[in-house]
Amino acid sequence: MAHTALTQPAPVAVPTRSAWARLRASRGWAGFWFMLPTALILGLFLAYPLLKGIWLSFTNARIGRDGVFIGLENYAWLWDDDVFWLSVFNTCLYTVVASVVKFAVGLYLALLLNKNMPFKAIVRSIVLIPFVVPTVLSAIAFWWIFDSQFSIISWSLRHLGVIDGNIDFLGEPAMARACVIFANIWRGVPFIAITLLAGLQTVSPSLYEAATLDGASNWQIFSRITLPLLTPIIAVVMTFSVLFTFTDFQLIWAMTRGGPVNATHLMATLSYQRGILSGTLGEGAAIATAMVPFLLAAIGISWFGLQRRAWQAGESDR
Amino acid sequence: MSTPAPPAHADPRLAPVLEAQPAGITDNSEGMAYLERLPRRLVTTYLPLLVILVVLLFPFYWMALTAIKPDEQLIDMERFNPFWVVDPTFKHIHKLLFETQYPRWLWNTMYVSVAATALSLFASVLAAYACVRVRYRGAGWVGAAIFLAYLVPPSILFIPLATIVQAYGLFDSPIALILAYPTILIPFSTWLLMGYFKTIPYELEECALMDGASRWQILTKIILPLAFPGLISAGIFSLTLCWNEFIYALTFLSSTQNKTVPIAVVSEFVDGDVYKWGSLMAGALLGSLPLVILYSFFVEYYVSALTGAVKE
Repeated sequence: MAHTALTQPAPVAVPTRSAWARLRASRGWAGFWFMLPTALILGLFLAYPLLKGIWLSFTNARIGRDGVFIGLENYAWLWDDDVFWLSVFNTCLYTVVASVVKFAVGLYLALLLNKNMPFKAIVRSIVLIPFVVPTVLSAIAFWWIFDSQFSIISWSLRHLGVIDGNIDFLGEPAMARACVIFANIWRGVPFIAITLLAGLQTVSPSLYEAATLDGASNWQIFSRITLPLLTPIIAVVMTFSVLFTFTDFQLIWAMTRGGPVNATHLMATLSYQRGILSGTLGEGAAIATAMVPFLLAAIGISWFGLQRRAWQAGESDR
Repeated sequence: MSTPAPPAHADPRLAPVLEAQPAGITDNSEGMAYLERLPRRLVTTYLPLLVILVVLLFPFYWMALTAIKPDEQLIDMERFNPFWVVDPTFKHIHKLLFETQYPRWLWNTMYVSVAATALSLFASVLAAYACVRVRYRGAGWVGAAIFLAYLVPPSILFIPLATIVQAYGLFDSPIALILAYPTILIPFSTWLLMGYFKTIPYELEECALMDGASRWQILTKIILPLAFPGLISAGIFSLTLCWNEFIYALTFLSSTQNKTVPIAVVSEFVDGDVYKWGSLMAGALLGSLPLVILYSFFVEYYVSALTGAVKE
């Protein structure tokens, strides 16, 4: 703090300098120039579209036609729309199931990778590959793995004698949901595992050694040392994970396009279908805007829920 | 860390003593793996790890296998074992490179990614330096606002952005993507670079100021060379994000020759109901390779960017 006080500008102390010199020396002015590119880009392509999206959701704009203000009509229309509510349900199901499983598998994988083993560095870098490869391209691989006729899973199960016919993975609602959730988990686990691994490596081994000498069991060591120390980083990782899962678009679009019979439509894919493909920009924008409260709730739950656990565990530094 | 570390008992002389104890008492947690015997480690560590690795990598194996498999083997799963390939062919890849616009799509993706990354690195270096070192009034608030920008997902913005892109006459042009991608990249890069800039001692900068250097000189001659690893991390991560981006490219581009790889692969290889699986998988494989190669060269930077940004 003392440092900040020392370097605070004091323009009144140098009244003899010209206005130009004062301006040149001013921190605020330097800050302005340094921030200009970022402010322009984020203002024009992020803040402005965000507000414009909310405005569009109150209009009946279509592609190629500016809309007029129609109040809450789009929202009233969505309120009575079963497909919209199905997409809300799907989005919540997708987010909750995928996030929980991703966390569990990711934490387990991080604990495995944290152990001493040969070729540790290579194994760790291989794990991250699903995260590096573009989602759509791996989604296409899953599309092929889950093909109704030529699925390798159906083939294997058939040859093992488990099933008689082929499984229609992406053709039945429940099965299609399970498949897209699986693909999302597959892609998300490496990110969570590698980040939690970085967190695990900051935990001092002496804590574990002391606990072992005191006779703590594996589970006690995990729940009393590892988990509390890891909680802050878990909160951050899971907040990001929930955010990206909730707003996912490309995986669904590449694998099912919301089908069969809207069974895998997320709010994002429905918004694209209504807003861009059907051309009703206003309605699409309303669906996108309707994501915001859900999104805030999802972020809030993952962030504050986990942070509260951190306080309960006596972790005060952040 | 607020938790005081208890006195360490890491005396190497204790190791044989601990090892000699019965299995129920010895512990196998991290950092003490040497206490664990091989058969047990096989079951608790190597086997689950192997299963997870196989599941994580299988789609890539399947992609690569399909890309080099002749068509008749693809559809005849009874006479040929689908897990292997006899007489691999480069027909699909050849077709992809010489009979489709795939090279063009690859070029588009690369061009857009590099331009958007360069633009956002330029903007984020300036913003991060201003937030950390210029400390103008309200820098803290601006920092928080940039972080909040990271939480605004593209799937909320693509409809209004599409109308804006249309209004500026940028529809179906790579410029639209080059301008829109930085909204995803800048918040991330700025936060990453702020972390790196904070680690550079302030004294260095004070000396330069005394010698009459301008802010710009300090930034380019002192800060940037020292924060070079951070710059590479941010660059690699931004390139990956751009290559991966889907919804903006899908919304803003329409003509075949302007598409990026992710969009083109999804839309251009489906003839009615006939999926050209060989070409599709070859396209997915070839589109992934540049990133995997880049990643394998800079894996350290990539991981530090990933974890650094989250810990920040």
